[in-house]
Amino acid sequence: MLEVRALSKNFGGVKAVKELDLAVNAGDIFGVIGPNGSGKSTLVNLISGVFSATSGDILFQGQSLSRLSPHARVRMGVARTFQNIRLFPGLTVWQNLWVARNSAEDIRAEGVSYRWFRKGGPVKKEIDNMLEFSGLADKGDELASNLAFGEQRRLELARAAATKPRLLILDEPAAGMNQDEIRDLDWRIRQLRQQGMTIILIEHVMDLVMGITDRIAVLNFGSKIAEGEPAAIQENKSVQEAYLGQSKDD
Amino acid sequence: MDYFLNLINTIGIHTLLGLSAYVLLLTGQLSLAQAGFFAVGAYTAAILTVIFGWNILPAIGLGMLSTGSLAFLVGFPALRVRGLMLVVATLAFGEFVRMFFYNFEWRVIQEGVEVGPEGTMGFSEIRYFAEHGWTNWEVTSLIWVFVVIVMALIWWADQTRSGAVLRAVGEDELAAGTVGIDVMVTKVAAMTVGGVIAGLAGGLYAHQITMLDHHAFTVLLATFAIAYPILGGVSSVFGTLVAVIFIQGLLVEGLRFLGDWRMLLFGALIVVVMNVKPRGLFDSQMLRWIKNALRLRFSRGLS
Repeated sequence: MLEVRALSKNFGGVKAVKELDLAVNAGDIFGVIGPNGSGKSTLVNLISGVFSATSGDILFQGQSLSRLSPHARVRMGVARTFQNIRLFPGLTVWQNLWVARNSAEDIRAEGVSYRWFRKGGPVKKEIDNMLEFSGLADKGDELASNLAFGEQRRLELARAAATKPRLLILDEPAAGMNQDEIRDLDWRIRQLRQQGMTIILIEHVMDLVMGITDRIAVLNFGSKIAEGEPAAIQENKSVQEAYLGQSKDD
Repeated sequence: MDYFLNLINTIGIHTLLGLSAYVLLLTGQLSLAQAGFFAVGAYTAAILTVIFGWNILPAIGLGMLSTGSLAFLVGFPALRVRGLMLVVATLAFGEFVRMFFYNFEWRVIQEGVEVGPEGTMGFSEIRYFAEHGWTNWEVTSLIWVFVVIVMALIWWADQTRSGAVLRAVGEDELAAGTVGIDVMVTKVAAMTVGGVIAGLAGGLYAHQITMLDHHAFTVLLATFAIAYPILGGVSSVFGTLVAVIFIQGLLVEGLRFLGDWRMLLFGALIVVVMNVKPRGLFDSQMLRWIKNALRLRFSRGLS
């Protein structure tokens, strides 16, 4: 589904990402872990189009994303959430979802007048369902800035899902969450995968990552130092050194 | 009465000018270009009625089309500059337009008299309303019909997805792009619509005031144009109307007795208002208060 080939990104002298190679299979939940500064967020920004690569390529379903603007990548089916929540604070919860309906299929299905003007019918139903799924059913008319932190996180996730992506990249979605919220997030991510999305999960919360992912890539200083299934990664010595710390037996 | 009607006309035209800046402000673009589009709309419509003998509505219509096209072209380079730099760039554009009309001459002999724009001397004898027997009330009504129509259209658009998309871009351009909004199209579209509305205001202005002078289209007018929606807030189109009434009615006219000290008070009052109500006079708090007040009023009536 997604292939990253020899991807590099330099910021002046800083090599944030160095010749990175990744391959994510359709339907997988793919984890990306690593210490702070290892290039995880830069990677997300490169895939979603916020940054353009210094060299290398990103292929989505065989097509290069290189020259595409962020909104064009969304049309192709790539969406992401933000680590530090970037909702539209002055818009209501409902409006935050409404403006995100920019998938190729929605553009085709809705037609000009419907898409731009009408609030009712199937569009309303879909958005209401999404609110229901996110536990925000009664908050539709609330300003996004008035939501509690947990609610904002759920809205951030729902808004990315509203673009009907094939590939959804979650940038540290569990940051600041308590155990209950993390359990809820785990359930949500599994639901989204069941709906047909491939998911890349950037995270620090190890319980979540190890429990939910099919494969994990470990980054350090912009390079990949390990890749494999969760169990293998946990045993990996260089990963432990760089990031995880010693195992319980030591 | 004439004095009063003139004030009402000015408020109407300035409301349109403010609304043209409002649409742009929604997308986060602070534009000092509106006075420039206003000037182009004014001169275009006036040339069409005076030199070509057109009827006023198609003249203003073509004026709006020309300012819309110009705004569309301006919209693209405007994308490359952000925030304060956009203010500077649009200010430069406005001055460019003003300097153009400072030099522009198109003199034509009509019935033995020379008419048409004459560079620094301006463009006088825009006598369409007088020649066609319009009363002062009719002129005022024409202006305000357009004000109501434009306010209604903007209000309606705000209820649609387009309105929400404009605001999303204004709130967070990066996030907007990330959820699939074409930010470029949105911002250029807003600039174009803003240009069209400013052109309408200009066309009406030219015929109401009967003479055009480059002094009318300075940075001062451009600043007024953006001050109205900032003061009135972007929560509602009514904010801009209230701001125009406040500035033109209360401050400019009401404090005329203060002479030039008026400008000092003017600036001070704006600073005070912005501190007390940073989201504008007509923010969501005010709107909620009004809704509640109306609800109470009507429920008391029923019981």
